[in-house]
Amino acid sequence: MKAKIHVYLKPGVLDPQGAAVAGALHNMGYDEVVEARQGKLIELDLTGEDAEKARARVEEMCAKLLSNPVIESYSIELE
Amino acid sequence: MKSAVIVFPGSNCDRDAHDAIAKVTGHAPAMVWHQESELPEGTDFVMVPGGFSYGDYLRCGAMASRSAIMPAIVAHAATGAPVLGVCNGFQILTESGLLPGALMRNAGLKFVCEKAKLTVENANTRFTSHYEGGAELIVPIAHHDGNYFADDETLDRIEGEGQVIFRYGKNPNGSKRDIAGITNEQGNVMGMMPHPERAVDEKHGGTDGLKLFESLLGSA
Repeated sequence: MKAKIHVYLKPGVLDPQGAAVAGALHNMGYDEVVEARQGKLIELDLTGEDAEKARARVEEMCAKLLSNPVIESYSIELE
Repeated sequence: MKSAVIVFPGSNCDRDAHDAIAKVTGHAPAMVWHQESELPEGTDFVMVPGGFSYGDYLRCGAMASRSAIMPAIVAHAATGAPVLGVCNGFQILTESGLLPGALMRNAGLKFVCEKAKLTVENANTRFTSHYEGGAELIVPIAHHDGNYFADDETLDRIEGEGQVIFRYGKNPNGSKRDIAGITNEQGNVMGMMPHPERAVDEKHGGTDGLKLFESLLGSA
């Protein structure tokens, strides 16, 4: 089983890297870009077949290591 | 007072911390590898030094804050004993939950390496008692992720409780409210981005960090 974890900055947290990306896109003429936010994608390859159990374990991993709740939120996709 | 300096893979200010402590106390601190699970018997003061532990992978300080020695440091802090984290050490202490907030990428996106002017906001702490309140210091900074962030409620609370210990004269990294160093609510755990251990000898270009170690380690 694979877990894809998207970690992104919470709304309201300044994202200077995202702002630089948006600035570069504007310089390239992509004026339709209003804002860019840069996050992370973490892929885990997991043993086991039980999706419910896997999700609970991955939630725990996110809370304990993969995200910092002060500044980040996350979402989990299992496949 | 017995001191210990924690060493992670990628620490690079551990020897500066060692030398600053040895200079002030006359005793070399124990150098404790991160895979140890206990602090040396009788340790009073723990310093978490600067550097780039684990290559700053995932988030600065994230991996180090989950290393084998950390539960012992958290337990040590809970006894009221002093713990100081500098630069990457500050990041590790916020990641471990010992200090509020988080350190994010500098707002200017650049690594900053310069002498920073700091103001002592609270001289009534065990880390700053040898300074005058409001004193201006010159202490080096060298970081890419020193942009202190906490939500407004947390910021109001730590300001109200006197937990903001150092503020930048000119904000180098986008830190909320120019914050350069804070303590926990109990006042025994401090984190700061500037490097006081690199300002303890005239050959460093200044000695404004010396009084921090003297305040803490009870000398001079």
